[in-house]
Amino acid sequence: MIRVTDLTKDYGPRRALHSLSFEARQGEIIGFLGPNGAGKTTTMRILTGYMPPTSGEAIVAGYNVMEESIEVRKRVGYLPETVPLYNEMVVQDFLKFMAELRHIPNPEESVADALNMVGMTERAKGYIGNLSKGMRQRIGLAQALIHRPEVLILDEPSIGLDPGQVVELRKIIREIGRERTVLLSTHILSEAQQICDRVIIINKGKIVVEDTPENLQARLVGGERVVLRVRGDAAELSAKIEQVKGVQRLKSNPDGSLEFEYLPGHDVRPEVAKIITNGGYEMLEMKTLSLSLEDIFLELTKEQVVTPKKKRRL
Amino acid sequence: MKNIWTIAKREYDNYFASPLAYVIAAGLLFLLGGIFLIILQGSIQQAIFGGGTPVDIGFINQWFYYLLLWTVPALTMRLISDENRTGTLELLLTAPVRDFELVIGKWLGSFLYILSVIGVSFIFAIVANYLAEPGIDQVKMMSSYLGLILIAGALLALGTGISALFNNQIAAFFVTLALFIVLWLLIGIPASFFPSNPAIGDVFRYLQIGNHYESTFNAGVLYLSDVIYFLSLIAIGLFTGVTAVDSRRWR
Repeated sequence: MIRVTDLTKDYGPRRALHSLSFEARQGEIIGFLGPNGAGKTTTMRILTGYMPPTSGEAIVAGYNVMEESIEVRKRVGYLPETVPLYNEMVVQDFLKFMAELRHIPNPEESVADALNMVGMTERAKGYIGNLSKGMRQRIGLAQALIHRPEVLILDEPSIGLDPGQVVELRKIIREIGRERTVLLSTHILSEAQQICDRVIIINKGKIVVEDTPENLQARLVGGERVVLRVRGDAAELSAKIEQVKGVQRLKSNPDGSLEFEYLPGHDVRPEVAKIITNGGYEMLEMKTLSLSLEDIFLELTKEQVVTPKKKRRL
Repeated sequence: MKNIWTIAKREYDNYFASPLAYVIAAGLLFLLGGIFLIILQGSIQQAIFGGGTPVDIGFINQWFYYLLLWTVPALTMRLISDENRTGTLELLLTAPVRDFELVIGKWLGSFLYILSVIGVSFIFAIVANYLAEPGIDQVKMMSSYLGLILIAGALLALGTGISALFNNQIAAFFVTLALFIVLWLLIGIPASFFPSNPAIGDVFRYLQIGNHYESTFNAGVLYLSDVIYFLSLIAIGLFTGVTAVDSRRWR
């Protein structure tokens, strides 16, 4: 369980978090989304007791991170973004070390379990320094899981993994998320869409939106986007289409095509098609694109993105 | 308390995972072996004919102490600075480990390493004891070793504290070395500037490491003030380390 109330963090004059508030229940996987520097890592570091907030309160696994930091740290598993590991150590020795720091009664057994969970049993006797990025990530995850924490906090867990490993990792996370609380940060939106029960998008230290991935898509984007390509005077046509009730955000693309959105349930396509044929235009193409979480993300964090790349629609 | 031991144990093992520990141990023991050779030469007559004064093993430990001034910075430089640089500090400080447990554990690990080397050097004393008659002055030897252990503990604690202040082990090395040179030599210099006021001179002389070892511990004389001196250095070093680690967290 995680409950964050009005969490604020200043780094000198720069405010990294602006009174953040959110909640994560047991058995819930929360995705933390945001551009670089949005405050994801800062929030996670506060929740794991690595640094204190400037103001506000955070309760993790029933304990206050400020006042009962040690109790919180006993119950939290954390995978930092950089996956810091001791390169000169043997994998199983390192995990045993972490298990001992956490006073696990049966360190050897827990090490074997954790290694098994992340599928690294056969590399148990190898040096950490010789592992690939993806394998390090898995050892980092094993380290976070070794004490079977109530709350698991993962900072960009899938970065640097190959597609096969990503699928595996998601499986592990979903497994864990069944009875524990998982908070993971990512900027891969499809990942959040696939594994998270709820997504929190933050930007510049503020929560922009918080919802389930499905609702986000339905609520924010609203609807469908239509790309239209005709032969003829696009400007004139554009003016006509604008008249149609339900058409939103009409714009013409540099490649000559027109683009607009409509709300679900108000399908304007037949009417638009009628205008085109009646007006004597030749229709080359009409297709609908459904907005992805990616678009929502860009929309919501607009100011942050310096030059949003125009997606080629054709 | 268990965490201190866990961290110390890892640190101790870690020394032997890199060549540095072997190089330092071998270098120390090789040089001390040379000193031992000189002592043996001086006691050949004793060994053959017996009699005379006991062999003075203190000479070896005197040199051991000089060598510690130059090797301890290399042993402590990466203790905490490297954890900082690689980010593993985040791993330790998000585990249920208190700052002081981390710093004391690190210090203890390096201390155990030096104790092992001191343990090996004990061979010199044993050999000298059986080689010549009347052997060595055992009380003096005990006091000499006790002093050496205290010096090692104090230097390592200061080095650990300084290591916590940096992200860079080379910086930690030179700052530690500079501090040791000051404590060993330079701090004694101002003492001669105050010939009319011996009290001020005494303060500087008190701060000098050698004055608490060379003619006291190593001569078989124990003063409480010397023990307090070394224990305070240990306390200062560890306190610096804990404060530095703590301040990183609260920045």
